[in-house]
Amino acid sequence: MTSTALNVNFFQAKKGLFSWIFSVDHKRIGLLYLYSLLTFFLVGVTLGVLMRLELLNPGKDFLEAKTYNQIFTLHGVIMIFLFIIPSIPAVFGNFFLPIMLGTDDVSFPRLNLLSWWIYIIGAIMALSTLIWGDGPADTGWTFYAPYSVKTGTNVTMSVLAAFVLGFSSILTGLNFIVTIHRLRTPGMTFMKMPLFAWALYATSWIQLLATPIIGITLLMIVAERFFGIGLFDPSIGGDPILYQHLFWIYSHPAVYIMALPAFGIVSEILPTFTQRTIFGYKAIAFSSLAIAFVGYFVWGHHMFTAGMSGPARIIFSVMTFLVAIPTAIKVFNWVATLYKGSIDLQPPLLYMLGFIFQFMVGGLSGLVLGALATDIYLHDTYFVVGHFHYVMFGGTGFAFFGALHYWYPKIWGKMYNIKIANIAFAIFFVGFNMLYFPMMIAGLMGMPRRYYDYLPEFHLPNMISTFGSWVLVTGLLLMLGNLIAGLRKKNQPKVGRDPWGGITLEWQTLSPPPVQNFDRMPVLPKDGPYDYEHKPVIKED
Amino acid sequence: MEHSSGFSLPNSGHNRDAEASKMGMWLFLFTELLLFGGLFVVYMVYRLLNHEAFLLSSFELNVTMGTFNTVVLLVSSMTVAMSITAIQKGNAALSIRLLFVTLGAAVVFMVVKYFEWSAKIHHGLFPGQLVFDNLPKGEGLFFFLYFFMTGLHALHIIIGAVLIAVVIYRTRKGLITAEKYTLTENAGLYWHLVDLIWIYLFPLFYLIH
Repeated sequence: MTSTALNVNFFQAKKGLFSWIFSVDHKRIGLLYLYSLLTFFLVGVTLGVLMRLELLNPGKDFLEAKTYNQIFTLHGVIMIFLFIIPSIPAVFGNFFLPIMLGTDDVSFPRLNLLSWWIYIIGAIMALSTLIWGDGPADTGWTFYAPYSVKTGTNVTMSVLAAFVLGFSSILTGLNFIVTIHRLRTPGMTFMKMPLFAWALYATSWIQLLATPIIGITLLMIVAERFFGIGLFDPSIGGDPILYQHLFWIYSHPAVYIMALPAFGIVSEILPTFTQRTIFGYKAIAFSSLAIAFVGYFVWGHHMFTAGMSGPARIIFSVMTFLVAIPTAIKVFNWVATLYKGSIDLQPPLLYMLGFIFQFMVGGLSGLVLGALATDIYLHDTYFVVGHFHYVMFGGTGFAFFGALHYWYPKIWGKMYNIKIANIAFAIFFVGFNMLYFPMMIAGLMGMPRRYYDYLPEFHLPNMISTFGSWVLVTGLLLMLGNLIAGLRKKNQPKVGRDPWGGITLEWQTLSPPPVQNFDRMPVLPKDGPYDYEHKPVIKED
Repeated sequence: MEHSSGFSLPNSGHNRDAEASKMGMWLFLFTELLLFGGLFVVYMVYRLLNHEAFLLSSFELNVTMGTFNTVVLLVSSMTVAMSITAIQKGNAALSIRLLFVTLGAAVVFMVVKYFEWSAKIHHGLFPGQLVFDNLPKGEGLFFFLYFFMTGLHALHIIIGAVLIAVVIYRTRKGLITAEKYTLTENAGLYWHLVDLIWIYLFPLFYLIH
């Protein structure tokens, strides 16, 4: 075959809508996820901005109490189940895991396509609650019984949507575990695997082992709504605390499904933009597994005020503090990686620095909530909302957009405007902190979460927060606009194989990659994946 | 998916990889165990809270039918295992016959189940029926869990039976051979899981002391 046939990239290989939505190419499936995720993300952002607008001033402005409850529930369901749980694994895991392992696809390509379709069906189910019956659920994304059993809104459909989306998540996790075990390139041992693969490995195990529990629990909510059995509704003898346990047995590990892939992203981007090996490779790899493992035994910290025995609360609190250790190990290793590196402050690195800062605020405020005494005071206040968004949006969200800026030239073979990307980051970063930091202050002042109204003394932090939401959206739109403009710009110079000077295998192939991912056998660095001293020479042609 | 070039990787995701398929099946079985695991937790909690009521309700179940079904499933698990050995040794005809026995056992199990469930429904014990709604709380929970867990299990029997039917079809077509029998093994693994879950359900519902 000629070299032109080799260079047919995965965009050119086939044309037409069906060649995308029925593609078994992991790269196309990753992009399908990217486009659908971003669409739902923007819907979620819109709902969030509406909430902030209502909270600009005390008193009712333009949303009814019930509408407000439905909006924050749908915001939660969309952001959690449709955006942040699939986010990094489904988009960048799908696209880059096989390339970073030096193979041409995941182990089960057709199963991979199936999980995207299941995801789309679940998404349609979740969004369909908007247009029929009594509107979307108004229970909060936790669907706590007994209210979720009694409300007239479309809880059943929302819950079934979450059930279906869980299947998609399980199948992706299963696919990744088998891929990592079976398809690493010859010579790549587990200890020579990129840290992103390690993070996905730990994540996939959580997806596999925690998701079935929520599936069956949500089905029990449906049964309770139809038959009134008395499983969770105390007025007919059920136990609502049992529901909370079952819910958090999944949903706390799920927090690590959201966070661990982001840690993997940071561990990829830092070595590239410091041009040195990562500090503490093994510590970072194993701390992912440690977080996944310990993360299973901390769910009770969501229920400190719900009624649990003293010893149980102390154990859950101690376990919560234990999870902080592997997490801190990672942060220290990242900071140590920056130390004495040749730092090149490009947009992806900026997002990572934003990540580290915000994730630390989020993580440390999490310890405040994990301590028994302070949690009694802060439980169900805006402090929790602030903490959660710092971890999930300031952490995983920033990692997601950082990864998008990092792998953009590899995926599309083009480059965005770096200067505008930097400005967009600055606005995004300022907006983010302006939006969520006042929430923590309001929480400390005693403002409860999940109300459409508040007392006048909370006015100032709420006002700042709402202004922040506008700044954040400005930054977000500028960032996305810049990325889209980069794709549409004509006559720009082609980016080469390795525009950032990265070392993992995806930088050895063409940008965009050919259908079979590699046009020649990838070469591993001598001592581990970040061995910059023995970086293989990457020839352009 | 087309491979347009002369270069291809040795470790392709499109290669046949029996180990990967089996690993995938094992991982899937873990999720199945946890799916039922959630139900076992709920069962445990409510049985501890309503011990008397669970005991009383369990007398409503027909131990003879339950035992018969247990034996049926155990035998079917054996025939599946034997059919795998048969195909390994290249005896496709025997493998197919043994799989038909398994399929037959699945049908027998479902027929017995049908009679058991109809009797309960006839007595008005299905959730939503009159008798069920007026049961004392613990007994209602018992019957709900009975229908929910054995119902979910029966669904797995049906899925497993379909899978075995596919194996029979593919063995007939010559697509499953002594060199290539991963699908038979995976169907067998799934069938053993279905069997295993029943081994737990049976004492939990029928044999309470």
